[in-house]
Amino acid sequence: MTETQTAMAAPARGRITAPRLARLRDLALVPAIIVIAIVGYFVNPVFLHWDNLVNVLQQQSEISLLVLAEALILICGRMDLSLESTFGLAPGIAAWLVLAPGVTHGVGWLSGAWSIPVTLAIGAVIGWINGLLIVRFRLNGFIVTLGMLIVLRGLLTGISGGKTFFNLPSSMVYLGNAVWLGLPASIWICLVLYALAIVVTGYTRWGRALYAIGGNTDAARAAGIRVDRVLWGTLVLASLLAALGGLLLTGRLASVAASQGNGAIFTVFAAAVIGGVSLNGGKGTIFGAFTGILLLYMIQNVLTLAGVPAQWIGALNGAIILIALIISRITSGQAQE
Amino acid sequence: MSHSASAAAGVRPVAAAHHITKRFGVTVALNDVSLTVDDGDIHALVGRNGAGKSTLVSILTGLVPPDSGTVEFGGEPAPPLADREAWRQRVACVYQKLTVIPSLSVAENLFLNRQGRGLISWGSLRRRARELLDAWEVDVDVQAPAERLTVEQRQLVEIARALSHGSRFIILDEPTAQLDGQAIERLFARMRSLRESGVTFLFISHHLDEVYEVCDTVTVMRDARHIVTSPVAELGKEALVTAMTGEATGLIDLGAGRPAPAPGAAPALTVTGLGIPGVFEDVSLTVAPGEIVGLAGAGGSGKMAVGESIVGLRRAARGTVEIGGTTPRPGSVQAALRAGLGFVPQDRHKEGLVPGLSIAENATLTVPERLGRFGLVGSRRRDELGAKAIGDLDIKAAGPEQPVSALSGGNQQKVVMARALAGDPKVLVLMQPTAGVDVKAKETLLGTAAAAAAGGAGVLIISDDLDDLRPCDRVTVLFKGAVVAQMPAGWADHELIAAMEGIRD
Repeated sequence: MTETQTAMAAPARGRITAPRLARLRDLALVPAIIVIAIVGYFVNPVFLHWDNLVNVLQQQSEISLLVLAEALILICGRMDLSLESTFGLAPGIAAWLVLAPGVTHGVGWLSGAWSIPVTLAIGAVIGWINGLLIVRFRLNGFIVTLGMLIVLRGLLTGISGGKTFFNLPSSMVYLGNAVWLGLPASIWICLVLYALAIVVTGYTRWGRALYAIGGNTDAARAAGIRVDRVLWGTLVLASLLAALGGLLLTGRLASVAASQGNGAIFTVFAAAVIGGVSLNGGKGTIFGAFTGILLLYMIQNVLTLAGVPAQWIGALNGAIILIALIISRITSGQAQE
Repeated sequence: MSHSASAAAGVRPVAAAHHITKRFGVTVALNDVSLTVDDGDIHALVGRNGAGKSTLVSILTGLVPPDSGTVEFGGEPAPPLADREAWRQRVACVYQKLTVIPSLSVAENLFLNRQGRGLISWGSLRRRARELLDAWEVDVDVQAPAERLTVEQRQLVEIARALSHGSRFIILDEPTAQLDGQAIERLFARMRSLRESGVTFLFISHHLDEVYEVCDTVTVMRDARHIVTSPVAELGKEALVTAMTGEATGLIDLGAGRPAPAPGAAPALTVTGLGIPGVFEDVSLTVAPGEIVGLAGAGGSGKMAVGESIVGLRRAARGTVEIGGTTPRPGSVQAALRAGLGFVPQDRHKEGLVPGLSIAENATLTVPERLGRFGLVGSRRRDELGAKAIGDLDIKAAGPEQPVSALSGGNQQKVVMARALAGDPKVLVLMQPTAGVDVKAKETLLGTAAAAAAGGAGVLIISDDLDDLRPCDRVTVLFKGAVVAQMPAGWADHELIAAMEGIRD
């Protein structure tokens, strides 16, 4: 059989010599991060002090979990806007259930030990509902999660009466406050989850299924991937990560504001796209998403150190996102779809 | 061919469908259809659009259950529909549409969802992929992302993937539709050699020549029924066309009877020294009113780029295009349309149609000024024009409000043609006007082009399908971006093909 095949006319085109661009694209933002580090040093030498770097890492650790969650969903070719509300509502409900009535709007039905399990469970339930509506009932994911964003935000305002929950039980503030091996626990959690996600998306069948679904859903289904199950699972996992991120922020601030997470989704999307994750699905890496959010927070830190008045930070943030998009478009050479 | 040999060996059928009936709502897609594919055969499945071929393929690949009837593989009943893995071991289909994940590497596509247990070892995955492709002599870089493959390479990768699942029965759904002449020859050579290795093919094609060239057996379907199955050698071309259309008409000579273009009339289309570096150079041609001119060439000859430069989809670096005496701004479709051009783009899915809109809306997209004044669109006027198009072009549709996505390929192409004609163009440019349509629709489309020419339009047909070029008064042949031949009507097939392939004697 081999002889007959060898005798066949060889294809006219030779092998495609593919430059291994995919690998390089992961590192596209690394030069930008180095440049910002150098600029930051000249703006204010404090920037490169250990304490400040830890500070930057800790500040971005909570929202970086949202970026991780969104990146997983974007890779599947879907999107979830409601993550930012889950970020506030999940710890909010936990606080509401464990806090005694009095100063804040708590009901005091559960003991403080329940706060972490309740937070995570709320996250999982929200993700499950998103999955029910998007995967089972085939509703448009953008609108479903937009509706969820509004509903969940409203729920948090409702249970809290628009006020901030504070005086939280110690178990609830532990993760956001603890220091493990000289670094804040939230940094460890963030780094470990990212490392885990990089391995899962790069080296497991489930992780590669995300790329397959995002790249061509029909082909993924034809290859025997249980598309609906993977999508639903990803939505649950993402909301779970959002709830955990919210819990970390709650711990650091020792409170849950009614507006916790409000507006964060825009930064999250920006970070993912700057980091090379395609809004059309199937492209981008978790490492890229991490460099995206890290870059945004480094720039913010540099601005603060430069003494930019707080009132201007919002406008500059928006401008930074646009500039970072332009820079990553230039360095990666890829159209952002 | 080797059909007689395999038949003599008394092999059992690799796949068989018995008395399959399938309805979708009120439509009967398959009516008591039986099909037996012998081991080691290359079996052609032909029929006009809507004859039921795709439904039969869906049933043979286990994507759709039949309402009644049974499917067998190697004499044993087909596995339950839910057991995809078992189906994959028995049958595979290479579709026209993409069934690879564009952003993933060839290696990953080959072993998608079966990368092995635990953490994926990319090294060994690549090695397995390379071994697989080497075993079947597919010369493709396993690390390249699938989106960089040519159509030909992608088909080979999909065939190799099917073989790696253990399947030795492969359905090819119009594999030649997007390939150029040389690639088709290479595909056929590969099909023959795979047949020697024990692989069986069910080959779906609109091109009857291909059936005669590569197939052993042919099955014809028409109107959801099985019409005939016969060894190719025993079924003449005339009989095959009759079986497909249900009436004894071949491709009539559409050019005959058309009045000759008036001598000395100002040309409708003049192209002078057109060029895009690296694509085509110094192309000049004229089309007189009432004349049909062909522009032929193999894939990569640049003929489509010439067409796209004429209609304004691309902008040529050099040269001029004159339409009815005016020179529209280069690279502007709108300017070309205003100058009196109508055109059928190469890919109706990409540039031709808005699938969600109705027939009437699609047919009149380019002529909003005819529908009403002040930018308002009159829906009644629009539906009248749509109904006229349906009548003129014999479009099989429920009415002008029907979305084009509900139409078969041939009828969709007629809507594109209707739109090209909607502005009563002085110049009509048709790019692959009959790609992927059946014999009957082809006749209608080319007949319409001939009628437009008879009505005084200058028609330029850009195609590598000889049937498209037959009505032409003359054919300009492009090879690797340069004009190599001018052929008056009456050329012999082999002459034209030789010129398109760059063979000179």
